[in-house]
Amino acid sequence: MNTLKYLFVGFVFGIILTKSEAISWYRIYEMFQFQSFHMYGIIMVAVITGSIGIQIIKRNNVKDIDGLPIEIQDKESGSTRFWLGGIFFGLGWALVGSCPGPIFILLGAGFLPVLLVLFGALFGTFLYGLLRSKLPH
Amino acid sequence: MDIIFQTWPWYVSGFLIGMVMLCLIYFGKAFGMSSNLSTLCSMTGIGKRVSFFDFDWKAQRWNLFVVLGAMLGGFVANYFMSDTSNVTINPKTIAQLEQLGIEAPNGKLLPDALFGNAIFESPKMIFILLIGGILIGFGTRYASGCTSGHAISGLSNFQIQSLKAVIGFFIGGLIMSHFILPLLF
Repeated sequence: MNTLKYLFVGFVFGIILTKSEAISWYRIYEMFQFQSFHMYGIIMVAVITGSIGIQIIKRNNVKDIDGLPIEIQDKESGSTRFWLGGIFFGLGWALVGSCPGPIFILLGAGFLPVLLVLFGALFGTFLYGLLRSKLPH
Repeated sequence: MDIIFQTWPWYVSGFLIGMVMLCLIYFGKAFGMSSNLSTLCSMTGIGKRVSFFDFDWKAQRWNLFVVLGAMLGGFVANYFMSDTSNVTINPKTIAQLEQLGIEAPNGKLLPDALFGNAIFESPKMIFILLIGGILIGFGTRYASGCTSGHAISGLSNFQIQSLKAVIGFFIGGLIMSHFILPLLF
């Protein structure tokens, strides 16, 4: 049952991202060329919805599904890692048109060549783990 | 029934994505997809050699189920809920892509030029997809988050670090889309 609720949320997420076409290489290209509002609208409305929800949770001390207080962790401090890491990810995002979530969704949707992107992403993650102590954060 | 098959408008999609994030918060978790890549690395036992992956991956199993569900969702949406009217991008974008040798979508989510099965015979395209993946994996771990973790979760929680990361995403994305892609295609 515990597993099922995560499967279900993921299932809905996969359908939303596919039907909104946020997993489409074309949509990402169009976004970075500033030729459509579609992707910007999606991100904007998601953030507005999310921030209203988080404010409601914080102000009313809403409990989670198990009755425990909800604590939303702050991001770790620092600057360099966010700028540089962000730029690296942005380069990849615009090249192959997918973020980590969509890589999996596209694989589920049957696009086999996306396997190469997944292998690359796993290797890139491994590289970061390997080089972490040598990188500026 | 059109709503099932047509492209979902941005205000519907954005609202639902926000609700997915809030739903995971209500479950006592956080919305972030790229951490699954770390979890998959950790599952191989590589943590014995690289300490970054030395964590209890079983505690992250819930997120792998989210990903598994997302794959099923992608399957259902692509095979049973799609229509030739999908992915109607800007005609200007289509003209621009034509010049790069990338075909118009005509309802498809991905261009064959990059993601058709024929690319397995092109060393150049294999290389491009692998490099793209490496940039995504390395960059998201370095920045400790991707579009879901920073752009949606982080910005919703007014995190200044997430804003830095998202600006970084766009700096990188604009450089790739405007200056590097035209050199590659």
